[in-house]
Amino acid sequence: MTDAADLRARVRDLLAAHPPATTGRTDFLRARFDAGLAWVHHPAGLGGLDAPRSLQAAVDAGLAAAGAPDNDPGRIGIGLGMAAPTLLAHGSDEVRARFLKPLWTGEEVWCQLFSEPGAGSDLAALGTRAVRDAATGDWIVDGQKVWTSSAHTARWAILLARTDPDLPKHRGITYFVCDMTDPGVEVRPLRQLTGEAEFNEVFLTGVRIPDAHRLGAVGDGWRVARTTLMNERVSIGGARIPREGGMIGRAAAVWRDRPELRTHALHRRLLDLWVDSEVARLTGERLRQQLAAGEPGPEGSAMKLGFARLHQAVSGLEVELLADDGLLYGDWTMTRPERVDFTGRDAGYRYLRAKGNSIEGGTSEVLLNIVAERVLGLPPEPRDDKDVPWKDLAR
Amino acid sequence: MSHEPDLLHSDTQEALRAAVRALLADRAGHPVVLGRIETGDPYPPGLWPALAGDIGAAGLLVPEELGGQGAGHRETAVVLEELGRAVTPAPYLTGAVVATETLLALAGDGGPAAGLLAELAAGERTAVLAAPLTTAPRGADALFAVPAEAPVRGVADAVAADVLLVPRPDGLYAVPAVEAAVTPLSPLDLTRPLAAVDARGAAGTRLAGAAGARAAVRRGLLAGAGLLASEQLGLAEWCLEETVRHARERHQFNRPVGSFQALKHRMARLWLDVVGARAAARAAADALAAGAADAELTVAVAQAYCSGVAVRAAEECVQLHGGIGMTWEHPAHLALKRAKADQLALGSAGHHQDVVADLADLPAPA
Repeated sequence: MTDAADLRARVRDLLAAHPPATTGRTDFLRARFDAGLAWVHHPAGLGGLDAPRSLQAAVDAGLAAAGAPDNDPGRIGIGLGMAAPTLLAHGSDEVRARFLKPLWTGEEVWCQLFSEPGAGSDLAALGTRAVRDAATGDWIVDGQKVWTSSAHTARWAILLARTDPDLPKHRGITYFVCDMTDPGVEVRPLRQLTGEAEFNEVFLTGVRIPDAHRLGAVGDGWRVARTTLMNERVSIGGARIPREGGMIGRAAAVWRDRPELRTHALHRRLLDLWVDSEVARLTGERLRQQLAAGEPGPEGSAMKLGFARLHQAVSGLEVELLADDGLLYGDWTMTRPERVDFTGRDAGYRYLRAKGNSIEGGTSEVLLNIVAERVLGLPPEPRDDKDVPWKDLAR
Repeated sequence: MSHEPDLLHSDTQEALRAAVRALLADRAGHPVVLGRIETGDPYPPGLWPALAGDIGAAGLLVPEELGGQGAGHRETAVVLEELGRAVTPAPYLTGAVVATETLLALAGDGGPAAGLLAELAAGERTAVLAAPLTTAPRGADALFAVPAEAPVRGVADAVAADVLLVPRPDGLYAVPAVEAAVTPLSPLDLTRPLAAVDARGAAGTRLAGAAGARAAVRRGLLAGAGLLASEQLGLAEWCLEETVRHARERHQFNRPVGSFQALKHRMARLWLDVVGARAAARAAADALAAGAADAELTVAVAQAYCSGVAVRAAEECVQLHGGIGMTWEHPAHLALKRAKADQLALGSAGHHQDVVADLADLPAPA
């Protein structure tokens, strides 16, 4: 098994063979992937060395300290956080060899075609159809997806489509890799309440997907999707923050810099949220220590729920604290950003954008159900949709 | 510069937890506690010698060369988690934490403090600070200015103490409890007896002079406030577990009541609070153990957070149990009364928020 000392030596070798100062960004990233230092826990040849995942942070830090370029994870988050674990777990050898390297280097951006106008929290009700073309064996896909970030920059997508409407909803779904340059793919910006269009609607009309780009068995897409969605929650809730990192730091800075804005009522709310933010930070720190010790706890579910509530409350407080300035909004221009910045821009933007934190990646209400049932072991609500053919469900 | 906290429980600490939990199940189950709380002597017979002496829990904070176990705050916190779970009447927070930590600050000079400390660590004698249970760490100085004519109200576990640590303007005194007037009060939390203490008639032995005594008592109260968070954590964990158990078993409308989303979400939210309380309480215990530069802030955060979580957990426990939660027979009220009293103990959440405001540079409006 590769250990920390091996990895340090490999980092040194990589830096010696490809000095960051004189190597192009993409060339360096490709060499890093080939050296197994992209995802150290991946198999050799697929960006890794079969090393413990916990050793990745030291590799990242060592390379960053030497001035090496990173792969700009904020721009390719869907690929790194969701597509890659799914491709690794469920892709054929050919699929993994073809897709993982340009995904990691950022040469190919990925997006996720899951949610639909009629299938949000109840994702398994999705209606986009994939029909087998008997002549070629290809799949022909028709339907509409929504809330797709990066669709306008993406080369590839992970796609869920219904292949058998006669089965109950969870059983008739298949998981595909979709070519976003197919002429049947149309991407339209979806403007949100912040004024910008971070997401898209994607219309699929006669899109052709070769059977080799299917992940998992026909009809097994729901199980494959669980790999993706589990990783989504980790990637949304898992970021490390220092004391006063994140939103509370912005509000605290305003409090310190603008004494004329202080009121007693706002002081109590600020202290409440400062304490809650510090406890959330410690909870994340404890979760990281559990993961490092090889004893992951269910606290990951707590992180996303907690941060959604905190982001909303802190950004709302900051708008009120700013008084006259809180009535202003930086820029309503419709833009299509390549990345999301929850803590950036002005307080009004943060307040509005944070509303999405309790909706994206699983609504807080659904996550509370998951905590109640999977962590606490409470009985599920009675359901009448599990054994009904998808085509007979109300919609 | 900044201290990297260890927020996990070690295997040794889990073994200690198992020993304490087994002892409490054997000697201090809820029926035992319920049977004693109205007698004026709620302490389960034989529990203290077993806990303090056999397990060695009274000496966890005390170095071996001073007669203790040479463990620390992280281990002591685990004992408090268990005492909180079981809502155990025992002079542990008051004696083995606040009084012991106070004496630890004074024992370096040898003398009477070191001798008393060794007896406390061995579980041979019990001491409590003659101060109201509500006294916050930053309230230590004011204790020494108390007018000499007033008895001290609301002293917790004074009825169980052999020795009272009495703050006087010229220092801290050890007064044998039999020489003071200890008048029991009727407390909200029957598992932690309160008394009015009048030690004016007793000379006592001076343990420290004015300045050293103030710093020592402040240190004792800071450790108490920080480790109280672990008692509150344990209590909240028990409330959540009992509530979940009840909600899975209790049927109404032909369903387990725990399958209704209105109830599930309340329990899930409570779980989130308990997860946060665990991190905050561990951080406080760790900061105290390490003597971290930000220990006072970490303790204030833990108290500002955990006291509310414990009360919320106990209140949810009563509500989600329905009628049975309102009965004397069910132990939920033991947890509710302890949680509510703990909310005031060693500084309210609001007081600890004020400490946060001071230490994190978030000043109140002028």
